[in-house]
Amino acid sequence: MEDTAAMRPPSLKEERQEADSKTIFGFWVYIMTDCVLFASLFATYAVLRHNTVGGPGAKELFSLHYALTETLLLLTSSFTCGLAILAARSRDKDKVLFWLGVTFLMGFGFLGLELHEFHNLAVSGNSWRRNGFLSAFYTLVGTHGLHITTGLLWMGTMMIRVAGSGLGRINIRRLTLLSLFWHFLDIVWIFIFTIVYLMGGAGV
Amino acid sequence: MSQITASKATEGGSMRSYTTGFIVSIGLTIAAYLLVSQNILTGWGLVYAILGLAVIQLFAQLFFFLHLGRGPNRKWNFVTLILMLIIVFIVVAGSLWIMHNLNYHMSPQQMNLYMRQQDGGI
Repeated sequence: MEDTAAMRPPSLKEERQEADSKTIFGFWVYIMTDCVLFASLFATYAVLRHNTVGGPGAKELFSLHYALTETLLLLTSSFTCGLAILAARSRDKDKVLFWLGVTFLMGFGFLGLELHEFHNLAVSGNSWRRNGFLSAFYTLVGTHGLHITTGLLWMGTMMIRVAGSGLGRINIRRLTLLSLFWHFLDIVWIFIFTIVYLMGGAGV
Repeated sequence: MSQITASKATEGGSMRSYTTGFIVSIGLTIAAYLLVSQNILTGWGLVYAILGLAVIQLFAQLFFFLHLGRGPNRKWNFVTLILMLIIVFIVVAGSLWIMHNLNYHMSPQQMNLYMRQQDGGI
């Protein structure tokens, strides 16, 4: 069985599978390089986090409760994104659209909370211009927020595509890439929550 | 059978793996939050504890949400992951090490003097 499969030329289906798995691997490599980008921003933040030049530090500025709400919202959206993928694999279009919609709303809520936090900090005189600590904070958390925004735009277009052209092979592949991206953003946020908010709140 | 092979490249986890990952992640997040908000640990003990919980959650999500170790590319996914972790370690640990040393070897008096020279006496 194995031998005959290796001898004959690949069928169209196998070639397509091969192409899909290459695309997914390529996207995985992109995600790994994005991790390196975030690592450099984390390193910058870790180095600069005490350079407040007399201004308030992380303990005074951030609310642990607020950050926990953001974390749980993004974590739940990561889970519902997984449910959308499960639905896509069983070719259930309505369910895919429902779970993508739920994921989108939670991601949007998360982004709203983040922008609200930025706004409150900036109007109370703690903008990125104040000191090295705040510059590093806005850059790190803002870059994550930018990724979330990109993910939301992508999710919106995917919902339109799925609603329009259904769950073909290409849309399933795109949904798989989108879910990789969304889970990755949740993992980056775990480290922002731990290093910026929890360590900041504990004053260490 | 054809249904299974057709979705091989895009295959993910099961309902069970997503649910397990979700519950584990929520548990680890709440645990880290309680460690800080209830002042259970302090100082470096706390830092190591919450960083440890974050790393456990990283691997839990890699396994349950991103299905590392399954699918046709599992070997190369793993190789690039290890490479990424090495680079991340060098960037983060190296930066902290170097900057800590700079702080250590430069006293505040020297720093003020240096900054005044650079700024032309401001």
